[in-house]
Amino acid sequence: MYNFDFVKPLNVADALVALASEEAQALGGGQTLIPTMKQRLASPEKLVSLSGISEMQGVDISGNIVTIGGATTHANVALAGAFEGLTGLAGGIGDPAVRNRGTIGGSLANNDPAACYPAAALATGATIVTNDREIDADDYFQGMFTTALEDVEIITAVRMPIPQVSNYQKFEQPASRFALVGVFVAKYADGVRVAVTGASENGVFRWSEAEGVLSTNFSADAILGMSVDSSEMISDLHGTKEYRANLVRVLTGRAVSSAS
Amino acid sequence: MPKDSGIGTSPKRREDIRFLTGNGKYTDDINLTGQSHAVFARSDVAHGKINHIDISAAETMPGVLAIFTGEDFADVGGNPAGWLINSRDGEPMKEPKRPVLAYGKVRHVGDAYAAVIAETVLQAQDAVEAIKADITELPAIVDMEAALAGGGFVHDEIETNQCFDWGWIEDNRAATDAAIKAAPHVTTLSLVNNRLVPNAMESRASTADYDRGTGDYTLYTTSQNPHLTRLLVCAFVLGIPENKLRVVSPDVGGGFGSKIYHYGEEALVLAAAKKLCRPVKWTASRSESFLTDAHGRDHVTKIELACEKDGTFIAFRTDTMANVGAYLSNFSTVTPTFLHGTLMAGNYTVPNVYVNVKAVFTNTAPVDAYRGAGRPEATYSLERVIDKCARELALDPIELRRKNFIKPDQFPYASAAGLEYDAGNYDALFDKLEGIVDFGGFKARRAESEKGGKLRGLGINSYIEACGIAPSNLVGILGARVGLYDAATVRVNATGNISVMVGAHSHGQGHATVFPQVVSEMLGVEENSIEIVHGDTSKIPFGMGSYGSRSLAVCGSAVVRATEKIINKATKIAAHMLEASESDIDFKDGKFSVSGTDKSVAFGEVAFKAYVPHDYPHDELEPGLEETAFYDPANFTYPSGAYACEVEVDPETGKVTVESFTAVDDFGNVINPMIVTGQVHGGIGQGIGQALLENCTYDENGQLLSASYMDYAMPRASDLPFYTVDHSCVTPCTHNPLGVKGCGEAGAIGSPPTIVNAVVDALHSGGHTHVTHIDMPVSPARVWSAINS
Amino acid sequence: MLNITMKINGKAVSGTVEGRTLLVEFLRNDLHLTGTHVGCDTSQCGACTIHVNGIAVKSCSMFAVEADGASIDTIEGQENTDGSLNKIQQAFQDHHGLQCGFCTPGMVMAAADLLQNTPTPTEAEIRNHLDGNICRCTGYHNIVKAIMAASGQDVSAIAAE
Repeated sequence: MYNFDFVKPLNVADALVALASEEAQALGGGQTLIPTMKQRLASPEKLVSLSGISEMQGVDISGNIVTIGGATTHANVALAGAFEGLTGLAGGIGDPAVRNRGTIGGSLANNDPAACYPAAALATGATIVTNDREIDADDYFQGMFTTALEDVEIITAVRMPIPQVSNYQKFEQPASRFALVGVFVAKYADGVRVAVTGASENGVFRWSEAEGVLSTNFSADAILGMSVDSSEMISDLHGTKEYRANLVRVLTGRAVSSAS
Repeated sequence: MPKDSGIGTSPKRREDIRFLTGNGKYTDDINLTGQSHAVFARSDVAHGKINHIDISAAETMPGVLAIFTGEDFADVGGNPAGWLINSRDGEPMKEPKRPVLAYGKVRHVGDAYAAVIAETVLQAQDAVEAIKADITELPAIVDMEAALAGGGFVHDEIETNQCFDWGWIEDNRAATDAAIKAAPHVTTLSLVNNRLVPNAMESRASTADYDRGTGDYTLYTTSQNPHLTRLLVCAFVLGIPENKLRVVSPDVGGGFGSKIYHYGEEALVLAAAKKLCRPVKWTASRSESFLTDAHGRDHVTKIELACEKDGTFIAFRTDTMANVGAYLSNFSTVTPTFLHGTLMAGNYTVPNVYVNVKAVFTNTAPVDAYRGAGRPEATYSLERVIDKCARELALDPIELRRKNFIKPDQFPYASAAGLEYDAGNYDALFDKLEGIVDFGGFKARRAESEKGGKLRGLGINSYIEACGIAPSNLVGILGARVGLYDAATVRVNATGNISVMVGAHSHGQGHATVFPQVVSEMLGVEENSIEIVHGDTSKIPFGMGSYGSRSLAVCGSAVVRATEKIINKATKIAAHMLEASESDIDFKDGKFSVSGTDKSVAFGEVAFKAYVPHDYPHDELEPGLEETAFYDPANFTYPSGAYACEVEVDPETGKVTVESFTAVDDFGNVINPMIVTGQVHGGIGQGIGQALLENCTYDENGQLLSASYMDYAMPRASDLPFYTVDHSCVTPCTHNPLGVKGCGEAGAIGSPPTIVNAVVDALHSGGHTHVTHIDMPVSPARVWSAINS
Repeated sequence: MLNITMKINGKAVSGTVEGRTLLVEFLRNDLHLTGTHVGCDTSQCGACTIHVNGIAVKSCSMFAVEADGASIDTIEGQENTDGSLNKIQQAFQDHHGLQCGFCTPGMVMAAADLLQNTPTPTEAEIRNHLDGNICRCTGYHNIVKAIMAASGQDVSAIAAE
């Protein structure tokens, strides 16, 4: 690992000042960044730890909105129990020790195509709150490892409208335990949203055809005959495009059946 | 009354205390005063011509002490193959040199072409990045079939990628061919035995020290066999006199075969320590382990089973390509041949067996013995084709096996593949299996699974393996370049406690607990008064280490022989002390007594007399009570077993879940049931890993795709069930003093076909009868593809 | 270089580290607490699992400086005050839950993390909690059994010695 300067600001304003220099990078829980740095595949000159910023910690449930601080760990999100789909998703990321360090802001900023949180954010129509602005999830995700974030911008919180019912189905890639395919289904009064992670070369996406059908008939049977286009799916040693397309349909059905 | 100590009991492992409290001492835990650090520059291409390696910039980097390249070792020896295999035409195998550092060419991703020694690891890493390697990439030779077709060579000097073309038994070839041609039924199966990465949780590490005053070297290294490592380093590679090199293998965090072999890193740190007159330490990262540890398996096989319509076996014919990777690792040539081909008769009275194995060089990491080593490959081929045959002939898979089993009254039995099985009772194993597993309730369980949308399958398997390698005379005829005895020294100290120095090496097997059980039983002394010493060539007799399930069968036998010598000598001393004739002395429960009298002396008193030899028969006996024995086995040992498992398959996702797994093994006599059970558990875990999860994959450019735990699926707790393990069926080995056979590899040998047989059974129950085979790992994606093909 | 202080196994320690110094490196190289092991470089094997402020963390995936001011527990501090094995360690020995011992410190620390929140875990809860701890020797049977036993559950029905 290359060396770097380390700073641990206590508030967002100081963090932004620290991040303003060239080659500075924010450090969330480090569960992806640190292994990457060990391989010398990332070489920030300065790491700005967000773990000391108390205003970015915690889960607040007010009315139909859950607001999660950007530096909140997966374990604490799971513990908060805001709603079924989110709790299950957060409690199933990585492993217990990883969940104790990894953060929602880190996950969403990285936007790994097989990460779980992007599915929750997109399926709930979340608002990604930064130091500077609020970004709709539909605008935030821009392809694998690509987001709407500017260079010096920190996810301070994520706001999710709480669905009537929801569920996240993850089919684990057997080695990494990331999502080979993960499907988040969230049902709201005005319709159903379905977000898929792990499957597409373009990162997380909404399966709008299924959303349309499920919005009028929220049952697994309703999507039985449907399929997603496999042409832009990921193909690797763990599964072909066609296999992933199959999983999208199967897991969507299971998420609908299990939604609570 | 049940025994509470000695043979057949399960004392808690004494070594556990230090492991559970963080006081284990593994190689990387050892730090020597003044130590420096080695980091290797490794090829990122699979195949390339080294034009020039420019170290000038790296040499001037902070903290850099020395840099080595292949040229520095051009004149020293290569790391040899331990076994000469002759091809069918009588030609010896091709043996290109395996240098300490790549020279002329790099031959696999991870092949080290330079090493930096620096004050710190980080400085060495920085300097490695500053080395400018001018390497012209060449087309990678990855696929075995393409490699055999030629076009480019991994080793230009041998002008072929074929290491050997071996036939076993060549004289049986014509008869086997004829028998298959004439047979009423032939079942054919093409399969791949998937390449695996051993993945001991402790990665390899080596630290060398050199004493300028005495010229003595010390190497601390993660080895399963310190004497073998010393021999290879001294006699073949660096030419250090054996008596000037001490090899220490302290606590070793698992081996599974991968730590049998001598690796170039060990030679490098030794040479560097001498050059710098400073200790030099190297510890592999997990990424380096993936790229450079010897991998396992990697066979492409076609097997044919010829039989009568009633299922009576007539012949097995096997055609295998075995990948040996870019260089011959020490046991790489014997693993696909004598450890594989000789087992191709299984537990069966089949009269005709012929095996052809072509070993192939490719631009991949070396492939060598991994838990089971050849025998899992043999068992998998046999038991998969037998299962397929049973389905084709609509025979019960257990009945088909039983029909062809060697019967108890046929032992010793000369198998058609050239081994003499000394003992076994395969029907008894299946009797036991049928007693444990509720086969009758399977239909109901299958129906229950189907209610949940799942398909349930039942897999059956039988295996035999050859362990306790091996008779030196026999293996010498077959091409081995080393002997395969083991050795033990029993030292009774003056105060009566005992040190036992063994050639075997424990890296999880519990020798520190088990060997004292044997000695305690024989001498009638407390187990806790006996200490095992291992893993240090300066302390132990010349032994060959632990692999091939040999520790107890071979080294344990040496312990018995040395202890017998102790008893013999102690009896003489006791006779003198008791003023009786030696022939009148009885030894029982730690006491020497004169038969028919109440005169006796305790073992401890005799020991004291041996070391304080006042009033001692010096004209007849030497003082001291210490004996060494070397034991060379008369034959292999032949553990066998009957396995069953049930799996559920989710037809929508292809995911396979192991619902139950039962292993019934005949290991001969069992010294410590707890440890034997643990060994079987571990083997099953690895076997299920091979069957369902693990897949070492290179792309067509020779890049390792499964190069970390992100892509190489290790079995985890949530992938596995509780197992039912039984080893109460015992046919003792007839030719070693303990009647033991070895248990370390059985689980890994017996479980892969059990799982795959069950998956195929499940798919058939769901109407997917077009699926006759799925290659391992039987991953969800593969199962789904098979269903939907 | 950065100055850090922390409490390790109840004892105050201080040291000087680079930003890039991993917590496990600080423990092993600076403090010679070599019971915490490194088995991979992708934060998966769990051999380096310790507790930071009472929760399980992979010390290979945390910078030492991030633990400044923290309270750390490692395998070296798990014994009872009289030096005997604690109930988890004792259960691992009683049920042969370790072989080569390399993953064992991480397993014990992961088990302790589970039991402090889930005093009587089911088999499935134990297996899931060990998702980040890889053992190559035991096939996990006896590890799971040991953790069940450590939680006071009767394991006599689970097969084997």
